[in-house]
This record gives sequence, C-alpha cells and structure tokens, in this order.
Amino acid sequence: MTEKVEVTAEKNLRGVNCPMNLVYTKVAMAELKSGEVLEIILDDGPPINNVPGSVEKEGHQLLGKKQLADGAWSLLVRKK
Amino acid sequence: MRYSAEQLERYSRHIILQQIGVEGQERISDARVLIVGAGGLGSPAALYLAAAGVGTIGIVDGDVVDLSNLQRQIAHFSKDVGVAKVVSAAEKMGAINPDVKVITHQLLLCADNIRGVIGDYDFVIDGTDNFPTKFLVNDACVLAGIPFSHGGILRFDGQTMTVLPGETACYRCAFRQPPPPDAVPTCSQAGVLGAIAGMLGTIQAAEALKFATGVGQLLTNTLLSFNALDMNFRRIPLRRQENCPLCGEHPSITELVDYDQAVCAIK
Repeated sequence: MTEKVEVTAEKNLRGVNCPMNLVYTKVAMAELKSGEVLEIILDDGPPINNVPGSVEKEGHQLLGKKQLADGAWSLLVRKK
Repeated sequence: MRYSAEQLERYSRHIILQQIGVEGQERISDARVLIVGAGGLGSPAALYLAAAGVGTIGIVDGDVVDLSNLQRQIAHFSKDVGVAKVVSAAEKMGAINPDVKVITHQLLLCADNIRGVIGDYDFVIDGTDNFPTKFLVNDACVLAGIPFSHGGILRFDGQTMTVLPGETACYRCAFRQPPPPDAVPTCSQAGVLGAIAGMLGTIQAAEALKFATGVGQLLTNTLLSFNALDMNFRRIPLRRQENCPLCGEHPSITELVDYDQAVCAIK
C-alpha cells in the first residue's frame, strides 16, 4: 500500500515530442508552489526515457511513474 | 502564462536551459538593450538579441550602408547599399522575430544627445568604430549608471569588457584617454577579418543576455582580448582605479565632452 499523493495540477503531454514536452513541463512547474505535485502524462519511448531525468536535474523530486492502459506514462513530480 | 504555444516553441532552447527557464526568458522579454553602431559588432549583436526575444532593442547609427560594409556587417544585404543602417538592421531584426520592438535612432552620437538616447535602456552594447565615441559611451554610461559592454576589433584582433558603473573597472580605468588622432588606424585604413566582427559582437550579445537573466559571471574587471591568427584568447585582469578620472575618488571628468573626430571613419 503506497502513500496517497495529492496532485495539485495535471499536464497531458500525449502526442507532444521532445523537447517541447520538457518545455511544457517547465511551464507547468513554474506555475506551482514549492512542494506541490504535478502529474505529467508522457508518451512511451523517448518522452518517458528523457523527461524524468531532465526534471530531476532541475532539482525536482520524482515520486513515481506508472504505465497507463493506452501505453502512455503517468509521472508524478514534486516541485523543489 | 504570457507566451503563446508558438513563442514557447521559439524560445524552447532557452527555456530548457536549467539556468534560464521560463523565468529567465521572461526577463529577456522585459529587457531593454541599446546597440550603439549597426556595423560589424552591432549587426550580429542585433540579430542575436532579436532572435533571443529581447523585448526592446534600440539601435543607433547615422550612416548608410556602403558596399565595403557587407564583408562583415551581416545585418545588411546587397540590396541595402545606400539605405540607412538602422533601417536595414531593424528590417532584419523584425524578420527574425516579430515579437521584438526595435527603436531606431538615426543619428551620430555626441555629448549633446547621448544622455537622451541611453537613458531609456538598462544595458548598452558599444559597437562603435572609433575612440572618441567609445570614450563618450563609457563616460555617458558611467555617469548615468547604465551597465554596458565595450567592444573593439581591428585587423585580426578583438577586445571586450563589461562595465558595471560604480562597481567594476570602467574603460577609463584601463585606458585613460583616446589615443592621438591617427595613432591607431581605423578598420577602413587597416582592414579587418570579417568573421572576427561576429566573434566579438556575439560575445557582447551573450553578456547582454547574461545581464538580463542574471545568469553566470559577467566579463567585468577583465579585458578579454583575442587574436584570430593564432586563435589565442587572453584575459587581462583589471580593477577599478582610485585615480580614474571618471569613476575614481576625485573625478576630473564630470560632464561629457566630444573628442576630436578626426580618428572617426568619416568618409
């Protein structure tokens, strides 16, 4: 049983390629307060392989990811 | 969010940078930069700052485009010969980025008019081609407290430094006064390798963007000098001089003066 994380905002980036998915992630993060959580939906392949590492390098905390029924990924990020 | 989807894509390579991000790009959009001289240094600076989305860019020049300018002044095209340089440069800047507001100042700067021109800007790029105007820009910026980038090129050599008035060495801390007329030839007499105008002008543009975003360390208290023949770069340490006639403890220069313009490349 994992701890329930309260998601503050959600960004659906299905169909958005690299690097614009990172740009939109940064825009969404900029609108949050420190400690708030963003759920990002990323396509399988390069997006889920690249965006989490870039987000982590910015200093934000990755809380977890899970693959959805359509193959896309849900990524939870807590703002630094 | 102040940016459209198209603007986010345009500025994406800035926004991705960890040190810049959305906030840094917003600072670039809010910046007001003046470029003095739409020539070898001013051309690349103007194009890069427009491309970067600097919100307001002023450009000063009283000359018209000459065929001999085209070897290095990349904002001007063959069709522009005879056109005012500020008009030619503004056209290219608008074509690169319609977000940018370009203010043209079609005049020769002198002691009487420089304050009125520089006062509306928060950073100045000196891309002039003569010592009297370089000293005038330095003096006016220091007296008005406006940070600026000095730059100069000749033959295969370039030099640049960034000045934060009252905090770091000014141009007069390093060079007290203009050399005597004809002691140093102008580009028109001595020649200049075209590409070094781009090397130096883009360093100045980078300094303006660093100033706008607050990223990194500015090229202050340092004269960066290069020679393209052996592609050697040197950093010469400088410091503010207590006896600087402009920014020292007992300044003797308290108002702006025009030096003999004989050194200037007036055709």
